[in-house]
Amino acid sequence: MQVTNKLTPFFENLNFERSDNMMVINFGPQHPSAHGQLRLVLELDGELVTKAYPDIGYLHRGIEKMAENMTYNEFLPTTDRLDYIASTANNYAYAHAVEKLLGIEAPRRAQVIRTMLLELNRIISHLFFLATHALDVGAMSVFLYAFREREFAMDLMEDYCGARLTHSAVRIGGVPLDLPKGWLENLEKFLDALPANIALYEGLLTENRIWKMRLEDVGVISGEDALNWGCTGVMIRGSGVKYDIRKEEPYELYGELEFDIPVSDRCDSYGRYRLYMEEMKQSIRIIKQLIPMYGDTQPQLMAHAPQYISAPKEEIMTQNYALMQHFVLVTQGMRPPVGEVYVPTESPKGELGFYIKSEGEPYAYRLKCRAPSFFHTGLLQELLVGTYIADVVTIIGSTNIVFGEVDR
Amino acid sequence: MRKYTPKDNVQGKAYYTDRFWVAPRVPRIDVEEGSHFATVVSALKKFAKESYIEVGQLIIHIKPTDNISVLSLLKEKCGYTQCSELSAVDYLARDGEFEIFYQMLNITEAKRVRVVCRIKQGEAIESIVPLFKMANFAEREMFDMFGIVSNNHPYLKRILMPEDWSGHPLLKTYPLQGDEAASWYEVDKIFGKEYRDVIGPENRDPAKIDRYDTKRFSRVGYEVPFGADISEGEKENPIEYSKTIMANYQKSSKQLKERR
Repeated sequence: MQVTNKLTPFFENLNFERSDNMMVINFGPQHPSAHGQLRLVLELDGELVTKAYPDIGYLHRGIEKMAENMTYNEFLPTTDRLDYIASTANNYAYAHAVEKLLGIEAPRRAQVIRTMLLELNRIISHLFFLATHALDVGAMSVFLYAFREREFAMDLMEDYCGARLTHSAVRIGGVPLDLPKGWLENLEKFLDALPANIALYEGLLTENRIWKMRLEDVGVISGEDALNWGCTGVMIRGSGVKYDIRKEEPYELYGELEFDIPVSDRCDSYGRYRLYMEEMKQSIRIIKQLIPMYGDTQPQLMAHAPQYISAPKEEIMTQNYALMQHFVLVTQGMRPPVGEVYVPTESPKGELGFYIKSEGEPYAYRLKCRAPSFFHTGLLQELLVGTYIADVVTIIGSTNIVFGEVDR
Repeated sequence: MRKYTPKDNVQGKAYYTDRFWVAPRVPRIDVEEGSHFATVVSALKKFAKESYIEVGQLIIHIKPTDNISVLSLLKEKCGYTQCSELSAVDYLARDGEFEIFYQMLNITEAKRVRVVCRIKQGEAIESIVPLFKMANFAEREMFDMFGIVSNNHPYLKRILMPEDWSGHPLLKTYPLQGDEAASWYEVDKIFGKEYRDVIGPENRDPAKIDRYDTKRFSRVGYEVPFGADISEGEKENPIEYSKTIMANYQKSSKQLKERR
């Protein structure tokens, strides 16, 4: 701690070290560009960052601990609070991991709905990324345009599940609700309007001289380093490594759908920005393919596995055994078999995986959430060194970290 | 007699389990000859104590002292260039051991391997930061959550919990309700331990609002004198504004003349 007197006054944020020319500056934990509660201790030589130390934990809520003391179904709404920009991706990753542990599969209609929601969430998350990243760099109008479209997408989510941010729109074994009337038409309208808007953002940014000056060759990371630091998602594809879990280890309906995985070998923030734009277009393509698939499915929404999953409401209300089983499942919780499972999914931020260790109890013995942003934050300590302080904000924005997920 | 509660595992438990309940097991499949995993197993023959496939991923049990050599073999010989995750599971109550797992990913084959080892309580494990830099944060988190020390880690410090926190939250012995130190953490930190008596448990919560408190909260629009007792109701205390003459220059030139 700095000793303050009249000769060395206390500066809240600055600490001058006289021995060398370095200045230590505290970036955060309350900084508008830190995208949450990131405290970054930067050592500066003039404007050059010579050391960066990301300090996290300001949003730690002990979600993994909570998972050990909740039944599997109880825990699902808690996963909303991980990456709160795209909650359905977390719900799905968790539900999917438990399904793998139980050895069940969601019915076809639930799969179609889930895949739609996942891609819709990807669009929401990417629009949010674009808006905040552009705002951080200084392009305010993009923020307004992107948030307008995101609002429409969130309205769609609200129409489906009633929530805008914390969706809980996926259940273990399926989805709780069918699509409401007219939802697909609204979705189609949204998807038809979106490409023009993406073109608008690209028109504002892609060839923008200032945007290019701020992003090109900023935050450069080689593919090998990205792998070494545990980067996934756009961070790794922006460094020339073509790996998308949707394509390589397909889950849900991704094996049947046609879409491309955009890759950039620029390794910098600009390349990553281009990938986000391209991924949104691919998401539109995926949902467009899913809309006709919905009509061909049976109306069943939850998997039939009486040992683990309650029967539909009509059966519970009419059949004795279904009611008994429902009572046991609600009061005691389901008991998955003994075993361990790690299931990766491609969330908008990167590889979101859940490791679940079950000892046959209604509570998970250990649940580890492999959050992509956690490792992207760790990367900052190397990525920021040697850059200028003006680029720090660009790089943090470009890694697209969300602190609900980092601190858990 | 008071019901016995185990002290080595204070986590939530099922309140009722059928006497004859035997939990089934997720099937473990042997590694097939000629598959990709078979080459991995043969490359690690020297180290693997046990290997099988569970839910599509190869699991290899090794000795904790072999972790560096196994992971470097996986990285260099078998193409497992990314370590997605590493952490621990607390088996202290049952076996007196921690289980540590390394989740590995082969990008070209799209295959995943989990390397598992067990260490006794108080033992340390060699850090894998020289092989995978992602372990920098992951091992810090493991230390923070379980107290497992990684040898030769460049900066082994707590990461999610505050640096002066006591206890490791993901241990099964860690209380769920928060212990003495945890509940007084903020008071101790801001005012000092001796202020526990002054503040008292009823004022410990910083979010608590006392509606009769006239010392710490400015009641905007309803201000009362500092420290006044308002528990019996408060006096009418209208805010007085200073009076200024508003001059309408368009309407009358008389005022303007006066001013000049």
